[in-house]
Amino acid sequence: MILKQRKLLTIVSEVAIEHRILKDLERLGAKGYTVSAAHGKGPRDQRTGDLEGGNIRIETVVNNEVLEKILETLTQNYFPHYACTTWVSQVEVVRDERY
Amino acid sequence: MALELAIQNLVSPPVLAFALGLLAVLLKSDLRLPEAVYQGLSIYLLLGIGIKGGVALSESSMAEITLPLIGTLVIGLVIPVIAYLLLGGLTKLDGINKGAIAAHYGSTSLVTFTAALVLVESSGYTIEGYVTTLLAVLEIPGIVVGLMLASRALGRSVNWGEAIREVLTGKSILLLAGGLLLGYLTGSAGYERIEPFFGGLFTGVLTLFLLEMGIVAGRRLPDIKKAGIGLVVFGLGFPLISGTLGVFVGHLTGMSVGGAAILGVLSASASYIAAPAAVRLALPEASPGIYLTASLGITFPFNLIFGIPLLLALSEVIGGFGF
Repeated sequence: MILKQRKLLTIVSEVAIEHRILKDLERLGAKGYTVSAAHGKGPRDQRTGDLEGGNIRIETVVNNEVLEKILETLTQNYFPHYACTTWVSQVEVVRDERY
Repeated sequence: MALELAIQNLVSPPVLAFALGLLAVLLKSDLRLPEAVYQGLSIYLLLGIGIKGGVALSESSMAEITLPLIGTLVIGLVIPVIAYLLLGGLTKLDGINKGAIAAHYGSTSLVTFTAALVLVESSGYTIEGYVTTLLAVLEIPGIVVGLMLASRALGRSVNWGEAIREVLTGKSILLLAGGLLLGYLTGSAGYERIEPFFGGLFTGVLTLFLLEMGIVAGRRLPDIKKAGIGLVVFGLGFPLISGTLGVFVGHLTGMSVGGAAILGVLSASASYIAAPAAVRLALPEASPGIYLTASLGITFPFNLIFGIPLLLALSEVIGGFGF
């Protein structure tokens, strides 16, 4: 089977801005994503509170071009004011046309 | 009389459960209601309050509701402005954070309202059925005014669409308004069939819910030390001012002693579900550590334990003068 290189982008952020992030992901070219509930602690330790939902972890597999655009948007619109952390890993996929 | 009410309130099961939740945090216990249970209970409370309000609404006349409704709208617009101005005198917060706090205090807290219903009813007062409508009405204007005040300080307009959509489609308004409609349509005949679940069990569920609220509020307590004395004074003093305003408006618009006390509690309480979600979206520069600590860590416990019986006592006194 032929495996193709893609990037896995993981975003952990506040549930309050889930819809906003997901809309941006789709707008910037991500074809799909996975969202799960998460909890933890970051260096800023300042969140909306544990009352409604807590954190979410969003994972999306994208190509380099889309990844660049997403990282730019995150840096501009999310990092300054929201609890939002992100990392990128190299992954290999089958059916690369899906990502 | 006020003392009697305070004691009666203090030993009521919901308030005791709240205290137990606080104690659990102090003891560093890992007790939490599972997230799904918490969500389920809050849906039950919102829908139950809505349905009961709707049934009562179907038995009220429009003429009876008009004045209190207008009074409530005025309260919703005025309270955040007073809060904003007072915060300027008491704290060194910037306009953005003052506006964010004003949005929370202008809006209202369902749990405080529900606890007040339980106390006022158990004290033998009747409450106008339409107070739940007032709750739903008071939820929104305060948030809008608070955000407007903050956006002036910010020098740019906030993302209104997203913030308002969040409030309107959030589960609070949806379930309250939906419950009101449901109760209104089904009437008392329909309600009779679900009464054992939404009526008989109600205070029990509230007790369980307040246990969790005690834990959530307790976790905010360490932040109070960071908040500064000005914010603490505001969190404890402001509900008395806004609550008194609410009780007066209640009596002036022809509400009963019980109903005016409830309007006082609605005015005194600060939102910690709808407002934080909207403010977080529209006003990311404001610090949740400040506005949530004030509304959830200071004002909510204060109202639950002292504010509610105080405002009921005040309403009794004003009622005694034959307003």
